Amino acid sequence: MVGSGPAGLACAGDLAKKGYKVTVFEALHTAGGVLVYGIPEFRLPKAIVKKEIEGLKALGVDIQTNVVIGKTISIEELKTEYGFEAVFIGSGAGLPMFMNIPGENYKGVYSANEFLTRINLMKAYKDNGSTPVQHPKKVAVVGGGNVAMDAARCAKRLGAEVYIVYRRGMEELPARREEVEHAEEEGIIFKLLTNPVEIFGDDKGAVRAMKCVEMELGEPDASGRRKPVVKPDSEFELEVDCVIMSLGTSPNPLIKSTTQGLETNPKGCIIADEKGLTTVENVYAGGDAVTGAATVILAMGAGKTAAAAIDEKLSK
Amino acid sequence: MYRIIRKKELNPTVTLMEVSAPLVAKKAQPGQFIILRVDEDGERIPLTIADYNREEGTVTIIFQIVGATTEKLNHLNEGDEICDFVGPLGKATVTEGKKKVAVVGGGVGCAIAYPVAKKFFEQGTEVHSIVGFRNKDLVILEDEFKAASSKFVLMSDDGSCGEKGLVTDALKKLIESGEQYDEVITIGPLIMMKFVCKLTKEYGIKTVVSMNPIMIDGTGMCGGCRLTVGGKTKFACVDGPEFDGHEVDFDEAMARGAMYKDYERHAYEDACNLFKAEVK
Ligand SMILES: Cc1cc2nc3c(=O)[nH]c(=O)nc-3n(C[C@H](O)[C@H](O)[C@H](O)COP(=O)(O)OP(=O)(O)OC[C@H]3O[C@@H](n4cnc5c(N)ncnc54)[C@H](O)[C@@H]3O)c2cc1C
Ligand code: FES
Repeated sequence: MVGSGPAGLACAGDLAKKGYKVTVFEALHTAGGVLVYGIPEFRLPKAIVKKEIEGLKALGVDIQTNVVIGKTISIEELKTEYGFEAVFIGSGAGLPMFMNIPGENYKGVYSANEFLTRINLMKAYKDNGSTPVQHPKKVAVVGGGNVAMDAARCAKRLGAEVYIVYRRGMEELPARREEVEHAEEEGIIFKLLTNPVEIFGDDKGAVRAMKCVEMELGEPDASGRRKPVVKPDSEFELEVDCVIMSLGTSPNPLIKSTTQGLETNPKGCIIADEKGLTTVENVYAGGDAVTGAATVILAMGAGKTAAAAIDEKLSK
Repeated sequence: MYRIIRKKELNPTVTLMEVSAPLVAKKAQPGQFIILRVDEDGERIPLTIADYNREEGTVTIIFQIVGATTEKLNHLNEGDEICDFVGPLGKATVTEGKKKVAVVGGGVGCAIAYPVAKKFFEQGTEVHSIVGFRNKDLVILEDEFKAASSKFVLMSDDGSCGEKGLVTDALKKLIESGEQYDEVITIGPLIMMKFVCKLTKEYGIKTVVSMNPIMIDGTGMCGGCRLTVGGKTKFACVDGPEFDGHEVDFDEAMARGAMYKDYERHAYEDACNLFKAEVK
């Protein structure tokens, strides 16, 4: 298994139960994928994830942290040198996207991944944790997905006044209804139909404000959602000292670039058939690495489907 | 867990450690780095691979004691273990096809520059090494550099060793005297790299810099290590750490590097107090 997120763990569990020897390789120092570095404690207590992982270990699954597949060991080597008969890639959604607007590299601008990782995985919220995190006063979270809601609620817990800045309306927010309701209950301010165009810094290169424009919804676009267009002369400045970009991800090219024959679609997601088989023999993939950022349930489903396919193939 | 096989103090603030990490040693190349975590509550810090021994499965790191984490690391001894040690990360230095290069290192950056110089030298490239330190007490790897260079110039800010002056003075002198380099590789403080690049730009010499921004995961997941190169956002941990020095936005990198400075000092002092408390 490459990656110990829900996809890799589900696949590992099913195969171990069938009696296969399974090793999970994880790049980070803790197993769990987004479950440990992304989703905050108040939504998913880390103790639950830990218990699940202990359960897998009890089934005989070997978990090797600190191994980056493609760097420390290649997929090819897993098959030839280490003797693995099948490989499952569940390496997750990948690199965070930014807006490419001026000022995005000022101090105090984070990707949601970085902000959440500092807090969740590195325990920066603890007084004795040694990873620093800024304690901002006013935060703008840009984006409207579940990840944006999590980032906003974490920032709120650090004591900040928090805005969600999203370019479409309430109806179009991609986050789950409940998440939006929780965020509203906690006093997070929704600046909808608003889009950032520039971030301003002070003389020390730290965020001072964000210039935004107001939007209105026009004709439906290819995705069927009404396309936001800029309202003329609607520029305004939002005074913030921290901006969290939560705009989704693009796939990490690391595994593709080091695995001959592994094909990806134009977006960079690994191509796998309905059973999870990739374009390389006995190499399967599933979860966010194949679908782009999706859900825990879908990732686990993909892991289970691939486990069944691997069992079918290897037991022949 | 990763055992420390050897520890050596190179100067009062710079330490060398040889760490047992067979999987990393097997793949390591000059220019790449590792990320380590000293203990369970520790932060993840990137350190460049200074050397490696594939047979013995060890990786050498050299670090300057600048903050709480490096202070804590420095308190470990031979036989002790480091909690996490992952790599090799980043892209390796491209050394092929270069006949003559200048390697310019500053301070602890010399620890990163040395394996690069060595790789060039071993493949038959003519290597001119220029290394600079604040004073003679801070000099590291002098003999190693000499052994891996056709020409070696030592500079110090105060003249207490080598020649008095900056590495850029020495580089300029060599270029002016007619030396022609296919490439200049410079590794050291951002401000030094900035000025080396400014100089080489005037002479139109291709220059490679090694960037060492703040990192967390080192696998391309967080974007914390981003910097602007040629007007585009790049992630140092996957696109780098080496970049075309003439394209890097150094001023931005310097501002970002200072992001947690106050915090660092604070945490460092806390750690010092803690260690003081322990000795009592
Ligand atoms: C903040 C946040 C909140 C979310 N909230 C929800 C929610 O409420 N409900 C929901 O259903 N979904 C939610 N999601 C989405 C969900 O977490 C993902 O869809 C799911 O985790 C994908 O699982 P995965 O196994 O494909 O990948 P991941 O969980 O991303 O795991 C991939 C793992 O692989 C490792 N890895 C990557 N590359 C390598 C390599 N080369 N070698 C070794 N290891 C590697 C990574 O370090 C990581 O640990 C959320 C996501 C985020 C970020
Ligand atoms: S260190 Fe996180 S993306 Fe580079």
